Amino acid sequence: MTRKRRRLFVVLLGMATLGIAAALVLFAFEDNLVFFYSPSDVAEREIKPGQRIRVGGLVEAASLQRTPASPEVSFAVTDMRRSLKIVYTGILPDLFREGQGIVAEGTLRPDGAFEARSVLAKHDENYMPPEVADSLKRAGVWQHREPQQDASGKARP
Amino acid sequence: MITEIGHLALILALVVAILQSSLPLYGAAQNRAALMQFARHAAIGQLGLVLLAFLATTYAFVVSDFSVMLVANNSHSAKPMLYKITGVWANHEGSLLLWILILAVFGAMVAGFGRNLPPTLRARVLAVQAMIAVGFIAFTLFSSNPFTRLWPPPIDGKGLNPLLQDPGLAFHPPFLYFGYVGFSITFSFAIAALIEGRVDPAWARWVRPWTLWAWCGLTFGIALGSWWAYYELGWGGFWFWDPVENASFMPWLAGTALLHSAIVVEKRDALKSWTILLAIVAFSLSLIGTFLVRSGVLTSVHAFATDPARGVFILVLLVIAIGGSFALYAVRAPTLKGGGLFQPISREGALVLNNLGLTVALATVFLGTMYPLFLDAMGSGKVSVGPPFFNSSFVPIMVPVLVAMAIGPQLAWKRGDLAGALGRLWAAFGAAAGIAMGGMLLTGGGDILAVLGLAVVGFVLMGVAIEWAERVRLFQAPLAESWRRARAIPRAAYGMSIAHSGIALVMLAIIATTVWRTEVIQVMRAGEQVNVAGYEFAFEGVRDLNGPNYQAQRGTFQVARNGRFVATLEAEKRFFPVENQATTEAAIHTTWFADLYAVVGDPDGSGGWTVRLYHNPMVPWIWIGAVVMVMGGLVSLTDRRHRVGAPATRRRRAIDHGMPQAAGD
Repeated sequence: MTRKRRRLFVVLLGMATLGIAAALVLFAFEDNLVFFYSPSDVAEREIKPGQRIRVGGLVEAASLQRTPASPEVSFAVTDMRRSLKIVYTGILPDLFREGQGIVAEGTLRPDGAFEARSVLAKHDENYMPPEVADSLKRAGVWQHREPQQDASGKARP
Repeated sequence: MITEIGHLALILALVVAILQSSLPLYGAAQNRAALMQFARHAAIGQLGLVLLAFLATTYAFVVSDFSVMLVANNSHSAKPMLYKITGVWANHEGSLLLWILILAVFGAMVAGFGRNLPPTLRARVLAVQAMIAVGFIAFTLFSSNPFTRLWPPPIDGKGLNPLLQDPGLAFHPPFLYFGYVGFSITFSFAIAALIEGRVDPAWARWVRPWTLWAWCGLTFGIALGSWWAYYELGWGGFWFWDPVENASFMPWLAGTALLHSAIVVEKRDALKSWTILLAIVAFSLSLIGTFLVRSGVLTSVHAFATDPARGVFILVLLVIAIGGSFALYAVRAPTLKGGGLFQPISREGALVLNNLGLTVALATVFLGTMYPLFLDAMGSGKVSVGPPFFNSSFVPIMVPVLVAMAIGPQLAWKRGDLAGALGRLWAAFGAAAGIAMGGMLLTGGGDILAVLGLAVVGFVLMGVAIEWAERVRLFQAPLAESWRRARAIPRAAYGMSIAHSGIALVMLAIIATTVWRTEVIQVMRAGEQVNVAGYEFAFEGVRDLNGPNYQAQRGTFQVARNGRFVATLEAEKRFFPVENQATTEAAIHTTWFADLYAVVGDPDGSGGWTVRLYHNPMVPWIWIGAVVMVMGGLVSLTDRRHRVGAPATRRRRAIDHGMPQAAGD
């Protein structure tokens, strides 16, 4: 086998692999990109129930409700203009608190509530997930708070 | 005082690094021995200075000197001693210091053990290594100085994020950095070779042990991180395709590819410029990983730096390092002459396939990790890419790589006999078919993908066994003869077999635990029982207790199977008053074939507690498999041809080639 043919073989093999990979990636992107929306976005845009999205905002004071004898909890998140009810089954992150920013991933239910499959909260009490900070800025209610402590974390259900 | 000495030492280290990055280069170009020799002394001196700076910081943490800002922000007098020490690198400034220290250690090792290297190559390698040091020391001194004083000193520190107060995470960064920084050596070798314009099998022999060391460190570091996520975060999962995890996984993929392509350079003098490119890519990805987790672009436990100036500084460093090396590559790579020819069906061909698969898989991970950042930077919306993306792009690409893992070692160099190789693997095909059929029957035709995955695992494990059996002519020759042959096989070949079995074990565990895990979430009251995958979990309620620097609520479960006691699980929620943070401590009992995993959540207000219980089959084997992989790497390192800085002489190599199938790693 000459050098030229070897190169041709490697190039062809590479192109084939890349082609397959590109197809896989495109298909995966189509179904698996998860967009972030603020509660106002959810209210204003037509988002199909069942589509996987992320929503985020501040947890509204006194909105946390537990269903007795069931692991289901519900709470509302707000961007100070609109609020959205979130229903979640499971254990909330350690630093989930009312008044704090969270991000939830899941789907909208036909009744307008959001069914979360995971809830993310940062482990720094002053911390605001960037998506939430951004949507609060857009809603014009953002006050910059200096992060007091650098190390921060994240939790899922 | 000691802090100031440390500060001074780091400044001096910067000066030494600047000299070390320039003089030896000039010396190598002009062929001045004294200037080239300077690189060695500088590298060792730099190690001394950086070590002094690191020890000074450690001292400040150990004695809780809160007049040092870093200590005040990240430590607390009531913290256990272990976490005072590991607290040194559990923050942005200290972790950079650790980075620089490991860099200096590797540099000094090249200086100390690289006696056999041609003097010009050694001088250039050390100079490139020093350039990296200049960048990182300057970054530390000018934007994240660990020696900044605080006046007046606070009475006590702010404490360390409790999530980081954990043995798994305490030692995760050093190993990860060992890997990241280890690739700096291969990078330096690659750049030096480009400057020199020469890549030959001897070069590959010098590079391989360093790649192996880095690979072992990175493998272990990633495994530790995933183990920590598994037991500490309380989600029961071990890998989340989180950008931070991907940031460490990408250099691993590149490093694994490099490990294999360097073999082709060493044995066959081919794939040279590709190997150089991989060495550059592996280190570039390490830098990108450091940038991603340190710049605050990503949100996670690792994102210490919230100061945008730091992000910009690392970005500039990144652009110079990656841009510069790629530019040099573009100019010099065409001058590298290609070597040995080979047929597509050959050992080289299989290694090319391995490299293609790994790099394409790497590209998909890169895309999935960077695309959301890219969209965000363009202002076109917040997007996240989760596990489903990676499962449907990365996983299918890796399957052929794994299959090739069993077939490749059966092929001869240069020109292989595929039919013969497949023929020798008949038992492996049998095993795979058996697993597939048995699995179908047991699962009733469900989980077809999982069953096929397990069949691939069986194929690979049998393939490894067959390859070894063939080498020692097991049952074809008298046992004494097989024993003699088994002892004559090079250690590197054993390393390969062990590492490949490790991969198969990891795959086996991932498939089993992903597909057959059982999860129960419900509210339980004291005295209630629930069945999880055949195990009876009896809940005994929750009580309060106090730890050294936290308060805990402990929920207790008695677990039994068929009425026989199995284990007591005690899951805790801990609250750390100093840091004002809570953590979840999952309770885990392992039977080696499965983990029983319990987490206690919040009370429901009427005497019940939300609990989360898992039965995770095979999950311990993920980490056992990773350790097996690392052991494979270490066994390979004991091969005398791989001893750092001790490449085989010509005479020894001749003996190696005389051995039966010696060329098998």
